[in-house]
Parts: sequence; C-alpha cells; structure tokens
Amino acid sequence: MRALVRSVVLVAVLVLLNALLVGKLVPGVSISPYFLQILNLAGINIILAVSLNLINGFTGQFSIGHAGFMAIGAYVSAFLSITFGESIRSAFSFAPATVQDSVLLLVVLAAGAIAAAIAGFLVGVPSLRLRGDYLAIVTLGFGEIIRVFILNIDAVGGARGLGGMPRLANFFWIYLFAAATVAMVTRIVNSSFGRTLIAIREDEIAAEAMGVNTTRHKVLSFVVSSAMAGVAGGLFAHYLMYLHTNSFTFIKSFEIIIMIVIGGLGSITGSVLGAVLYIVLTEGLREFAQYRMVLFSLLLVVIMIVRPGGILGHRELWTFFRRRRAAEAPAPPAVPG
Amino acid sequence: MRFGGLLAVNELDLSLEPGQLYGLIGPNGAGKTTVFNVITGVYRPTAGDIRFKEHSIVGERSGKITRRGIARTFQNIRLFGEMTVLENVKVAAHCRQTADLASAVFRTPAHHTEEERVDRQSRELLEIFHLEPYANEKAKNLPYGSQRRLEIARAMATLPRLLLLDEPAAGMNPQEARQLMDLIRWVRDHFDMAILLVEHNMKVVMGVCETVHVLDYGATIAVGPPAEIQRNPKVIEAYLGGA
Amino acid sequence: MTTFLQQLVNGLSLGSIYALIALGYTMVYGVLRLINFAHGDVYMVGAYAGYYLSRKLKGDEPSLVGALVVMLGAMLVCAVLGVIIERFAYRPVRRAARLTLLITAIGVSLFIENGAQLVFGPDPKFFPSLAPRADFIVGGVRLTSEQLTVIAVSFLLMVLLRFFILKTRTGKAMRAVSFNLDAAKLMGISTDRIIAITFGLGSALAAAAGVLIGMQIPKIDPLMGIIYGLKAFVAAVLGGIGNVPGAVLGGLLIGTSEVMVVGYLSSTYRDAIAFGILILVLLLRPQGILGRTHKEKV
Repeated sequence: MRALVRSVVLVAVLVLLNALLVGKLVPGVSISPYFLQILNLAGINIILAVSLNLINGFTGQFSIGHAGFMAIGAYVSAFLSITFGESIRSAFSFAPATVQDSVLLLVVLAAGAIAAAIAGFLVGVPSLRLRGDYLAIVTLGFGEIIRVFILNIDAVGGARGLGGMPRLANFFWIYLFAAATVAMVTRIVNSSFGRTLIAIREDEIAAEAMGVNTTRHKVLSFVVSSAMAGVAGGLFAHYLMYLHTNSFTFIKSFEIIIMIVIGGLGSITGSVLGAVLYIVLTEGLREFAQYRMVLFSLLLVVIMIVRPGGILGHRELWTFFRRRRAAEAPAPPAVPG
Repeated sequence: MRFGGLLAVNELDLSLEPGQLYGLIGPNGAGKTTVFNVITGVYRPTAGDIRFKEHSIVGERSGKITRRGIARTFQNIRLFGEMTVLENVKVAAHCRQTADLASAVFRTPAHHTEEERVDRQSRELLEIFHLEPYANEKAKNLPYGSQRRLEIARAMATLPRLLLLDEPAAGMNPQEARQLMDLIRWVRDHFDMAILLVEHNMKVVMGVCETVHVLDYGATIAVGPPAEIQRNPKVIEAYLGGA
Repeated sequence: MTTFLQQLVNGLSLGSIYALIALGYTMVYGVLRLINFAHGDVYMVGAYAGYYLSRKLKGDEPSLVGALVVMLGAMLVCAVLGVIIERFAYRPVRRAARLTLLITAIGVSLFIENGAQLVFGPDPKFFPSLAPRADFIVGGVRLTSEQLTVIAVSFLLMVLLRFFILKTRTGKAMRAVSFNLDAAKLMGISTDRIIAITFGLGSALAAAAGVLIGMQIPKIDPLMGIIYGLKAFVAAVLGGIGNVPGAVLGGLLIGTSEVMVVGYLSSTYRDAIAFGILILVLLLRPQGILGRTHKEKV
C-alpha cells in the first residue's frame, strides 16, 4: 500500500516538474533547452549506471559491454516506432495524442528491453563462466560485435545513421524510468536474491559451496541489467531522434564504468551520483575546449590513485544520516517497501 | 584423484552413516583437503565413485551437491567479508528456498514470510554457535575464533546430512578448542547428520571422533578407533618420520 | 594460388606489426596481471616520435642509417614514456582491485590520446619515406621493400627479446616476477626495477612497430593506436596472454586472418574479425593457444 502511494506521489511530482521545466507551469519560468538536455541525458545515464552496477558492483562480474545492450534497445525500439508507429497509434485513435504517444513509447521500450534481455542471455550464458579479466575482455568483444553487426544492417541506416523517430521521451518519462530502475535495483539488492549476488561477489567458490546456483544468479542479474540498458537505449533514441552506432562504442561502455566507479561500486546512490557528476564534469569542463578531455582523464587517474572506492564506496547515502542520529550500530538499514 | 603426474589420493575407501563422527588425519600434503574437494565437487575424481544417499554424485556441480545435503567449511576461512554475520548465514539458508527474483521485486507476501522464516532460522543458529552478539557486525571484523565458528554455522544453515569440517580448530587456543569439541558433539547429537573432520589438532580428533582414518601421500595407512590409531606404528612413523 | 601466397605475405607483414605490439601487452600482463590499455597509444607516440625525428634528420635522400637512427630514437622515447607511465600511474595502484587498474589504464590511454591531439594536432600527418624503395617479385608474389623491412626488423627484435628473456639475468628475473611477484621480492629481486624494465621493453617494441607502420602506411594520426592496439591485444589473448611466443603467434594469426577475410570476403568486416576471433578464443579456450590454465586452490 505504501508503495502505491509513493508511486502516485512520484508521478505527480514528475509531471509538475516536467511542466515547470518546459515553461508550461509558471509563465516565464523555464530552463534553457541546453540545461534541459543535460538533465535528460543525466537521467538516461542514471539508468545505465544503476543497471551496470547491479552486475559489476553487486554481483562482482566485470562486464564492459553495456553499450551493446543499450544499442540493441535503441535500434529495436527506433525501428519499431518508425515502421509501426502509425499503426500502433491508430489503434488508439479514440484517445488523445499524449496517450497515443505514451502507449507507443511503452510498447517500443518494452520491445527494446526484451530484445536487450535476450541479447544479455545469449552473451551472458557463455561469458559468465569466465572470471575477472577474461570476462571483461569477452564482454568488450561482444559489445563491439553487436555494434559492428548493427552498423552493417542497412534497414536501420547502417553508416548513415537512423533518424525519423518521433520525440516520445521527455523529462517525465526519462525520470520516471530512472526512478523505477533505482527502485527495482534497490529491491533486488535488499532481498534474498540480492544477498546471494553479494555473496557471489565476495567469494564465488564459497557461495557455490553454500548451495547457491551461481550461474543462474549471474545470468539473471546480467539479463535484468541488460534489459534496463535496453530501456535506456530506447529512451535515448526517442529523445535525440537520431541514432548512430558511433554513440555505442566501447568508449560509451567505459564512460558508464567510470560513472559507477566514481560513485562507488556496490552503492546505488553512488551510481546516481556518479552519473550526474559525470555529465556535470564533462559539460562543465567544456569551456576548456580542447583541454577538457585531457583534464578529465588526468582527474580520472588521480581519483583512482587517491580514492579508488569512489565517493560512497559500498555504502548508500542514507547511512551517513543514520550514523549521525544513532551513534552506535553502523549496520546499513534495509530499505522498507 | 590424479593431477597430471601427481596421484593425490589413491584408492580411498570410506563410508559414513548418519550420527557418525569420522576423523581424517595425516601429515601435510597427505591429500585430506583434496578428499574434501572431490566429495564436494570442486574437483572431478579421475577414477572411482562417490555415492550419497544411494545416488552417485560424481560430476555434479558443488552447488548441487550442497543442495543434496553435503556442506563444508574451508581450511582458509572463506567468509563473505563485507556482509554481516547474520547475512552470511542467511545466504546459506537460502539454498533451501528458490531465490525468486520476481517475488523480490514485487515484494509479495510469500517473499515476506520466506524472509521471516530465514531470519528466525538463522538467528537460532547464531545462538547455538554463540554468535548472536555479532549478528550485525561485518564478518571480516570478527575475531579469528568467531570467524571459524561462523564458517560452521553457515555450513549448518544449508541443513546438511553430511558436514565436512576442514581444520576447524586451526589457530585456536586450548580453551577454544575444547569449546569447539563440545559444539561438534552437541551438533551431532541434536541434528541427524554425519560429520567428517579433517584436523591436525590431535586432542580434538581423538576426543571427538569415533573412527579415525589416516592418510599418507594419498594412501590409507590405518583406520580404526582413536586409541588404536594412536598406538599404530605406521601412523607414528608417518607423522614423526622413520627411525 | 599466387593470390593466396600474396595474401599470406601481406598477412605476415601486418601480423608482424601486431606481434610487436602484442608483445608489450603480454609482458606487462605477465608481470602485473594488468591489461595496459594505454599500450596502443604508446605505439602511436612511437610513430609520431619517428615522424618528428625523421623530419629533424632530413637529408636529401632516405638512407638506411637514417632509418636506423629514427627507429632507435623512437624506441628510446617510448621506453622512457613507458617507464614514466608505470611509475606515476600504475605503481600507486599496483595492489588495488582489478577494476581500479582497468580504469587507471583507461584514464592514461585517454590522457595520451587527447594530449596527442592537443600537442600534435588532430589532423593526420604523413610519414616521410625513410629507406630506398624497391619491389621484389618472386613467383608472381609482390613483396615491397617496406614489407620486407617490417618482417625482417620484427623478426630480429623478437629474436633479441627471446634471447634477453631466456638467457640474461634480468630476463630470468622478469619470468620470476611473472610467476609470483611476492616470492620474487623475497628472493631479493628488485621488482620495481624489473617491472620498469618490462614496461620499457614493451614500449620500445611498440615504438618500433609505430615506425615500421609509418614506413608502410604513411598516414599517422593521434587515434591510430586505438584500433591497432585492440587488435594486438586480441592477438596477445589468442596466443595466451602472458606468454611471449604466444603473442608472436597470435599476432601473425590475426594479421593473416584479417588480410584473408578482407581479400576473400568483404572489407566491412575487417575490424569485426578480430573481435570474432577474440570471442571464439575466450569461449572455447580462454587461456589461448599457448597459455596454461590457473586452477584456483581451494
């Protein structure tokens, strides 16, 4: 019951925020399109970061092919909305345009998520047998193969890129899914399933010895994570309305990894922080023009040397507040609901 | 069990009944941990068979073997360091439940009842092993003796019929070792299971085990009750070297 | 048949380049268990070092001596670069978690790439011709002087390396460190020095590859290290990462397959072939052709 109330409140808040930001709520008050875009891209980053953290940070599986799943979600959903958009819309012609758009978005996002999940399964099952560096390399390889494969499909534009998607995603939808992703991952992590994932991270052999079917857990977590990346991809496609495989190279995968490491592997709030920080940093350094990337990469190396655990390490943001109130037991509380 | 050119364990013939306390001893390198690893599926035996409850378990994954009812502790402690003591035990308890992802996400009533059951069962185990005060401590922060006890408690959470203890008394002082012996006997009395113990601490082995099996260079050199084994000249020679 | 032989020759030449770069990856992984993502960029710096050096030494005619000076100079520059990278970026995080090492390597790689774009300018430059050109045609197969140089120089360097690793004390120390760093330390080996030497050697070889490539394909740009580095990396994995002869074998195999695929199938899949091989290797035989599995002791 509490969850239901919370969800309704969240939706209402997002609707209001959305209207406010685009200037429809209070006349004369809005933010520039530039900032709005940054905000929206940050939201997509949040979905990518939190979902990657599920497999990298909580399950301890070193995966650097996340961009590949994002790409699948993006291209599948884009292809569907371009090809079948009108037919889906006309099926709901009795409803107002916003409802039609929403339905279309949800349908194509679902399709993208499912496609990404299937890809996650196909990649995960053979790859997750490997450990450490080998797993990292293989996921990197798969990510690139997916990208090259998409690049060679003419039906989705190939080297010219793909355009013509309707703008179905906006602040509301992006942050709704971001919130949903955070909620879902939090629930998973705070459940018996999540405990098992963390156990696998801590000591896979011991976990197996305690009766855990490690393969099943790793693959499931990988599939869920990929599906979420697919959703992020679909939102990305329908926000920018143009896709090119250059957005989905291993560099993109690296960026997401950087986000979760800066925020703290194994911390959901950390990933949110990392995602936001990343885009703030890259945009904020934009004025340094060519020095931007040089400074950024230097910063990265320094952070790794000085504080490799990231900002929050394994902890969540609220443990800091609880610690101030109750001076003793430091156990991280389970998130209720 | 053969590793390349090395025959680690040669023709081991061992059988256990519920309620038995069986000891496996031998000098370092005799192959004792290898026996454990073969039984629990970490290694696949190059020859021979392992049967548990009338069923051959050769070739099965260790997770599956544990779910059948064989649990173990490790020679080098392998706890889930970052997790609390209670969580360590809970993870093992979950093998008796299908870890359902959907019910976790949607927080169904079934999920709640299951969580409560596991919580209760795990806390009971912590009490038995005198670990209750540490329930919310991270496992890696525990003193050494408590970590060893936690390893056993965790293995017990899988509700095994056969418990393999790999040097549980290693690094313990005499008082802790005595407490451990009482604990092992208590466990055997109150749970219907067999216990196979690998140990170097002779006091513990002779004090707790009913039958002792001696390995040397992978081969069995003696089997029998503790008193006999202690007098057996071959055993003495293996431990102390030839005259 | 001649086309096949021609492709083979081309593949051998390309493969030698990959092999030289792959050696650096494999040696560093051997001693540090680190995938040095920045290695491909060191190769790029080598090419640029060769470029600037050859412009400085501008005689009227390309000469063999000049070429030698350029190559050795570039190798020296990159050896120093490699040692610096190790000392300031990797040594502080040597004991850290794998992911930390990975990210540090990525950071260094990005730093070098973007730094190069700043310093050298993002536009491609053209490597001057260093040695007199000639073509040899043997039985219908054309072997250019550049290809010959590549194969000869690579072969020479690899032989020297093998000698160094097997016969010299430092080489033996390198092997000891790659087996067990802590034990090597306890045996009195100065692991810091050995690791620095390993980086220096690997980087020097990559520089040689950079100069050789500059001679063959005169266009160089700051991002050229990315794709070559990645393929050389696949080569190292294919041969068995950590295994020196494996790197050579892997490099030759990758080079040859790439040329064959482009020649007989289609050039769009030129880059994907390396990744395809990578995945096949990792799924079927992750330790590579010559590598050995590490069974974790329980």
